[in-house]
Amino acid sequence: MITLHWVYALAGAVFAAFALLGARDRDNPRRWTTAAFWALLATSMWAGDRLGDLGNGVLVLGLIALGALGLGRGDGVVPPEQRQARADRFGNRLFVIALVIPVTALAGTFLFKAAPDWFDAKQATLIALALGVLIAMTAGCLWLRAGALVPLQQGRRLMDCIGWAAILPQMLASLGAVFALAGVGDVVGGIVQQAIPQGSLLGAVIAYALGMALFTMIMGNAFAAFPVMTAAIGVPLLIRTYHGDPAVVCAIGMLAGFCGTLMTPMAANFNLVPAALLELKDKHGVIKRQVGTALPLLIVNIALIYWLAFR
Amino acid sequence: MVLLGIAIIVAGFLLRFHPLLVILASAIVTGLAAGLDPLAILAAFGKAFNDARYVSIIWIVLPVVGLLEANGLQERARGLIAKMRGATVGRFLTFYLILRQMLAAVGLTSVAGHPQTVRPLVAPIAEAAAERQAGDLDDAEREEIKAWAAATDNIGLFFGEDIFLAIGSILLIKGLLEQYGIDLEPLQLSVWAIPTAIAALLIHGFRLWRLDRRLTRRRAEGQ
Repeated sequence: MITLHWVYALAGAVFAAFALLGARDRDNPRRWTTAAFWALLATSMWAGDRLGDLGNGVLVLGLIALGALGLGRGDGVVPPEQRQARADRFGNRLFVIALVIPVTALAGTFLFKAAPDWFDAKQATLIALALGVLIAMTAGCLWLRAGALVPLQQGRRLMDCIGWAAILPQMLASLGAVFALAGVGDVVGGIVQQAIPQGSLLGAVIAYALGMALFTMIMGNAFAAFPVMTAAIGVPLLIRTYHGDPAVVCAIGMLAGFCGTLMTPMAANFNLVPAALLELKDKHGVIKRQVGTALPLLIVNIALIYWLAFR
Repeated sequence: MVLLGIAIIVAGFLLRFHPLLVILASAIVTGLAAGLDPLAILAAFGKAFNDARYVSIIWIVLPVVGLLEANGLQERARGLIAKMRGATVGRFLTFYLILRQMLAAVGLTSVAGHPQTVRPLVAPIAEAAAERQAGDLDDAEREEIKAWAAATDNIGLFFGEDIFLAIGSILLIKGLLEQYGIDLEPLQLSVWAIPTAIAALLIHGFRLWRLDRRLTRRRAEGQ
């Protein structure tokens, strides 16, 4: 059966290729730390399940050390005139290949679920996405008459632009696990319970929604904030004392948390990584564009809970 | 005491220390404050890192993006937009916002995303449209348009996905409420994501419409 482990194997191969090509990139002043960083990530993808918890911990320390030493990047950009000439030559073929990945992911999500003996149905989309990458890469090399190394070289160039920020989301997810182990959520919940105004329904609604947004901003993830805030305010006050509809309170409370996700660098995969991927100079550029939507939407969410949950 | 870790994270990010080191420091301090020994902290961190590997597999799309960009994908996007008369950055991004919300609402969250669609398609098309509207763009404006493209993807995803029944956050709500003896079906929860989804579309769409107006006015001033 094809499972997520096949995708990990593919990802390991891609990172290993980045490491090998990076080690040979003489334009990159820090080519050895850069190559070692991607090699460690390839190791994690390939052998993570066999390293043991402590082994993985040491591997993470290695990644942090290399990232802190600093990764570099080489050159390898194709000159604009050449790109324009190729764009004129290949035309809409380029879009067709670009759409192969989302279309394969879409089709695979449905098809793979219909063949649960062959594919791990829970991971259908990610498996289909990986398949889409393989198809697009093969089709691209053939149709654009590029050598097999071109995608790997150009992919590595983009990867080096992102650098250590590529593992930031995974690191923050791991930190969340340590927070959970240490019981951070219970302590925060206790503090919040003392801070909310007594006897005001609107005050309790605001405290819940605002607490969701703020704690999400700190943790970088609404999933981490939700159990804490719901245990502290949602269930005891909004649902039990004021008899709010639990479906409305919780569903919209979660979305208030999502407003917080839009405004925090801690949600690295949504906010910092895209800035690196798009090569923005201001790494908070994406957050700045989101605040103007997130704040009014947070107010809307407070109003929605207040109106819809207590009819 | 365990809140020290949170203080370290906030201070570290504000003071712009190296984020990887800030995370490590926060994990160590939080673990020690909770009475864990250093090796147990390291093992817990390593286990969590290994369990979260699926977060980083998305980078396998980069070779395809790199190949297409080397062969003129962004230039082609520019050429295509130049031919469409009514295309503006605001209209295009609003269209993408709706598409992203609808895909997410039927559970297709990984079909689009920053590496899959924003970098190769959405950002270059948005940039090309804005370039035509404003005459030309300086570097800061180019950055701003790209950031709008990324922001629109996030907003479409966040305020579409909870309409789907089997998304993680809906299942988390259901699971948590069960602990309090409240039994809900996922559908009862996911319908309440619809009002916020509509509000998100209206608010963000309005801001994109204002972006269009600003770019067009700048062109008028430039002439």
